[in-house]
Amino acid sequence: MKATILTAIRALLVLTCVTGLLYPLLVTGLAQAVFPVQANGSLLRDGNTPVGSSLVGQAFSAERYLWSRPSATAPFAYNAAASTGSNLGPSNPALAAAVKQRIETLRHADPGNRQVVPTDLVTASGSGLDPDISVAAAAFQVPRIARARGVAVGEVETAVRQCTHSPLLGMIGPAHVNVLCVNLALDHVSVRP
Amino acid sequence: MNPVAVLECALYLVLLVALAWPLGAYMARVYTGESTWADRVLGPLERVVYRLSGVKSAVQMNWRQYAGAVLVFHVFGFLAVYGLQRFQAVLPLNPAGLPGVPPEVAWNTAVSFATNTNWQAYGGETTMSHLTQMLALTTQNFVSAAAGMAVLVALIRGLTGRQVTDVGNFWVDMTRSTLHILLPLSVVLALLLVSHGVVQTFTGSVSVHLLEPTTSADGKTVADQVLALGPAASQVAIKQLGTNGGGFFNANSAHPFENPDGFSNLLQMLSILLIPVALCFTFGRMVGQPKQGLALLMAMFVIFVPLLALTVASEHQANPVLTALGVDPAMGNWEGKELRFGITSSAIWATATTAASNGSVNAMHDSFMPLGGLGPMWLMQLGEIVFGGVGSGLYGMLVYAFIAVFVAGLMVGRTPEYLGKKVEAFEMKMASLVILLPSASVLIGTAVACSIPAGTQPLGNPGAHGFSEILYAFSSGSNNNGSAFGGLTVNGLFYSTAIGIVMLIGRFWVIVPVLALAGSLAKKKIVPPGAGTLPTHTPLFVALLAGTILLVGALTFIPSLALGPIVEHLALR
Repeated sequence: MKATILTAIRALLVLTCVTGLLYPLLVTGLAQAVFPVQANGSLLRDGNTPVGSSLVGQAFSAERYLWSRPSATAPFAYNAAASTGSNLGPSNPALAAAVKQRIETLRHADPGNRQVVPTDLVTASGSGLDPDISVAAAAFQVPRIARARGVAVGEVETAVRQCTHSPLLGMIGPAHVNVLCVNLALDHVSVRP
Repeated sequence: MNPVAVLECALYLVLLVALAWPLGAYMARVYTGESTWADRVLGPLERVVYRLSGVKSAVQMNWRQYAGAVLVFHVFGFLAVYGLQRFQAVLPLNPAGLPGVPPEVAWNTAVSFATNTNWQAYGGETTMSHLTQMLALTTQNFVSAAAGMAVLVALIRGLTGRQVTDVGNFWVDMTRSTLHILLPLSVVLALLLVSHGVVQTFTGSVSVHLLEPTTSADGKTVADQVLALGPAASQVAIKQLGTNGGGFFNANSAHPFENPDGFSNLLQMLSILLIPVALCFTFGRMVGQPKQGLALLMAMFVIFVPLLALTVASEHQANPVLTALGVDPAMGNWEGKELRFGITSSAIWATATTAASNGSVNAMHDSFMPLGGLGPMWLMQLGEIVFGGVGSGLYGMLVYAFIAVFVAGLMVGRTPEYLGKKVEAFEMKMASLVILLPSASVLIGTAVACSIPAGTQPLGNPGAHGFSEILYAFSSGSNNNGSAFGGLTVNGLFYSTAIGIVMLIGRFWVIVPVLALAGSLAKKKIVPPGAGTLPTHTPLFVALLAGTILLVGALTFIPSLALGPIVEHLALR
């Protein structure tokens, strides 16, 4: 028994060094050397100022911007230091109430819009940081953005198209639009990694 | 189901088997001590580990010594994880300056990671320092998985041994699982994940200037976004490969920095089931009859595929409550899901992560449609044997194989045998323990939680869905899965303690009987198959095995499932 205890302690210490220390250090070293941009958060820079990550969404509420999906993070939407989903069940009245409120906000910002409301635009993502919206959710907002900016619909559509990712292998995941990418393009901000 | 969804499911399963087959062959070589191509690098490392830990690799253990080593090793693993969490405030590598973890959460997390459950009563980026994530959590991700694989190998030795008492050496099996299998796979997977955007850095966070300032709940203007970073890729890789599931960030693999795109998602989904599937091939090779492993794998698929179809189809349904409000009825259920994965991938993931005892999530299961949540919940309740945890899934499946041959033996009045070993009273007692104890702790735990305020106050959803949250929590804990209906707040005293206890039951009250089985089987002689022997590699046996599992699972859990997801489903229509 005593021998077993001793071996257990020593094995744990040694394996902690190998798997808890050497392994993450090795991966960090290789990652920083080979993929420095990705390993550090895929940041987008305007000059020297980081203005976001191409992977993490931001909240938008001005009519001239493409809006992201609702976010359940606290104390403000798209808090990238405390990711979370809403965890509201499908039958929870709080979900229905939240969605109703979001539909009203969308309709209020664009009263003439007769398109059906895309589901992703009124439901919160799992992480609260979803950078993307569906193609339908982008199309829903294009007329509003064009009007708010006083530009042609085609100009907004071009920005959306440039930021649209097609499904992996043509089948995995729907086509989706990176919201921050569109808004940076609309503001004519050129970013580099 | 739409054809694209069917195609994606099929692609996933084909890729999975294609990758698992060669890995299974490699692992058989690792466990039988044959030389492999990786020996040149890993052999010397292995010898250094033995020397430093004082392991005499030639020494054999009987089942009692083996079980003793497993238990003692986990006790110290638990203590290390507990201590590191409590003292992280004064230890290095804590860039966010996080305080020590409170005792009940630290206890729960320590049990959780030592039992390969990786239930998270904490939010990763807001609770655990980088040192805790690495030394405590990443280490346990490796060694608790390796311990499960070691126990499986001991049971296989019990099946193949001829009248012996030894079942192997735990230290060797555990070390070889870690160094020759989990470590190299993790390094490769981690780097592939980084290449697509999973973060890997020792910086705590980075601040970016928002394009449009936003407003906080307290009315303050927020002009910057703080992006939590950390050494995530290294932990994500082993969390998937070792069927662990504990995320680096709170949102787990729904977080863009843990799972940035469709490709990283596909890689992680494959990694979840890779080793559990490959071990079926390993088993076939080690018992000298590849068809035996294939039969077990087929029984798993027979159960997995219909539940996969149920979950995928349910999630492609629109929530009728939202449709009534004017939301697009054709898009499916998007609450809690990420655009870059889509509904099909989220549903495949949910099914895979609960079939394996992985428990990582890329979408919030709490927000799934009622029947979309039923599939994952039932897969856990079946005992995490449909693929299951690395090692633990297959040893659980083998226990069911003993029960299946026993049931068949009862029908024709013969002493049942499996792979030439007679299955007798002692084996059946141990098998009953393995099945009854985790099932009892799911149901008793749920019943207790439903009847006291400490159990019902932390609910995140009202009505039948609230009951589902409790049932899911105890199903997940007792079967060492670790995923959750996250609306339930589980860092309070009651849930931290109760889930901690059921996790221990689900792990060790299974491991010890399984090792006892290994010891008892090893002592028996191998009877050559006769005219009355039930062959265990035929479609008939696959059906018998899957039928046994489904029958036990249905009889035990349908009444409670009826109170949760089924009621909610009917009420929503």
